[in-house]
Amino acid sequence: MNSQSLKSELLLMVAFSAAVLTMPIWMEPFGAAYPDLLQKFAIFGIFAIGYNILFGMTGYLSFGHAAFLGVGSYTAVWSFKLLTMNVIPAVIFGTALAGLFAVVIGFISLRRSGIYFSILTLAFAQMSYNLAYSVLTPITNGETSLQLANNDPRILDAASVSGSGLPSTELFGEKMSGYPGFYFCAVLLIIGFYVSLRIFRSPFGLKLAAIKSNQTRMSYTGFNTRPYLLAAFVISGMYAGLAGSLMAVTDPLAGAERMQWTASGEVVLMTILGGVGTLFGPLLGAGLIKYFENIFSSYNEQVLHEIFSFLPDLLENVMVFIVNPFVGEGWHLTLGALFMVVVIFLPGGIMEGFNRILTWIKKDHSKPKDGGAKIKTRPSEG
Amino acid sequence: MENVENIVLNVSGVQKTFGGLQALSNINLKIEEGKTHAIIGPNGAGKSTLLNVCVGKLAPDSGTVKFGDVILTGKTPYEINQLGVVRVFQTPEIFPELTLLQNVIVPALAKRDGEFKFNAFGRLFGEKELVGEAEHVLEDLGLENQMHDISASMSRGDKRRLELAMCLIQHPKLLLLDEPTAGMARHDTNRTIDILKRIKSRGMTKVIIEHDMHVVFSLADHISVLAQGAIIADGTPDEVRGNPKVQEAYLGGAHL
Repeated sequence: MNSQSLKSELLLMVAFSAAVLTMPIWMEPFGAAYPDLLQKFAIFGIFAIGYNILFGMTGYLSFGHAAFLGVGSYTAVWSFKLLTMNVIPAVIFGTALAGLFAVVIGFISLRRSGIYFSILTLAFAQMSYNLAYSVLTPITNGETSLQLANNDPRILDAASVSGSGLPSTELFGEKMSGYPGFYFCAVLLIIGFYVSLRIFRSPFGLKLAAIKSNQTRMSYTGFNTRPYLLAAFVISGMYAGLAGSLMAVTDPLAGAERMQWTASGEVVLMTILGGVGTLFGPLLGAGLIKYFENIFSSYNEQVLHEIFSFLPDLLENVMVFIVNPFVGEGWHLTLGALFMVVVIFLPGGIMEGFNRILTWIKKDHSKPKDGGAKIKTRPSEG
Repeated sequence: MENVENIVLNVSGVQKTFGGLQALSNINLKIEEGKTHAIIGPNGAGKSTLLNVCVGKLAPDSGTVKFGDVILTGKTPYEINQLGVVRVFQTPEIFPELTLLQNVIVPALAKRDGEFKFNAFGRLFGEKELVGEAEHVLEDLGLENQMHDISASMSRGDKRRLELAMCLIQHPKLLLLDEPTAGMARHDTNRTIDILKRIKSRGMTKVIIEHDMHVVFSLADHISVLAQGAIIADGTPDEVRGNPKVQEAYLGGAHL
């Protein structure tokens, strides 16, 4: 607790902001410095940070957070269609409406805990997904997905209508595609991270950690735990809504597949891979999964031959033969293997790996700190 | 007996059955302010059930529990805690993943914030007063050297003392202790007795359920003896000690 001063908080935020904003530079050697992927890093980073506030801090495993992602996307596109192409209202409405959804779903689902809670959230998300394809088609446009059209009212933009073709999303004139789009997402990621940092270090955050640790004790200690859980649920739902609306900002269309259970599962994977309940873990997990999805999947046999071209011919062919199933279409195999390795050997995720290395380095110089890796609920990486 | 003003907890006509088993039959009990009231009895006598009824964990089939003028029956555990009735469990209920200091800060927050407060943007390290009080309570119970350790790794005796610290920081009006020394080594037991004596000198009302006669007779002002769900004796330690019914039911005739 003594290291958590205002100064350390400021330092952390400066370092974090610098790291995020310079991503186009330091991602270059990894072949990931193109706006499309960087946007995805930021957006899924927000999604995972928010998810971690629920799953990481309270231990409640939701399998339905993609529903909020979808709600955020649809709301943002509707804001583009009806109001304006400015992204600010889209983001605000997307976040707010997802929050409202989360109040309803959370209120019902939080009547149960453990596996029953997970199943209830999964049921809600699947229901939303199927409704989007059936009765809600007037709102969601079903399988063709919700898109912009030239004859949309856009009542706030009416005066400035010009040119032909579909308008693009903008922030006071700056188009929200490419790098400007990334920087917009990055700024929101930084804000989202700061909010999560403050929650982690607040009395509220400590109470959530205590609920995760021993909920029975909490009620005998004088806390009504349900509003705390609901608050955490709604906050994480709003993060998901924000992420969803940013997807629409960078690419203004919204389809129901965003609500599918695989999308809910993906954010669970991100959080666990990076480190449940740690500040940075979910971000790392999100980055890693999106990197695999976009970079590894683009490797093919030819690229592999180039990579291994320094080897003798026979060895080169053998290496390509071995590695080939793990790249391209097979990137899921790599991800699956990595996930298994992490869960089995580092149950605290990649962050636990970092902490172990840190303790190992420190061991010679000073006494190891009180099991930094074990404090999942109050990470000490600050 | 005493006048009504002094009664902190009033249990009247409480009955509870589990299936066919009569766990509590028509229990009447009055706890006086500032006193240490021990409830003793053989295993299965209904002591813990009685405590569970008091803190809202179990609803009685009939009868009421009153705390001052407030009826506790039907209230939730957190409402009862917020009224000032705080419980120490038989098996220590702590927050194993948190540090000792955090373990004590959480109940202090409950006392200050009430049953719900959304203070997500306050800074924990800025709560100097709260942290100071938590450190003070830990010092009081001799746990100050481990306050930044994770509580899961403590010995059982230390866990029990930690739980006591968690209850004391709330300055309860009534403290309910369920076998506070069970499973403790003798020197730990004596240490706990010392702590409880100190609390007593501050005028806190306590109900203590205990097997260990050494503990009971060093602390209690008043003893009620439960056997098979009914109170069979009630009085000062000396009165209870001399009661043949008690010796029969509880001690199998052995001398106290």
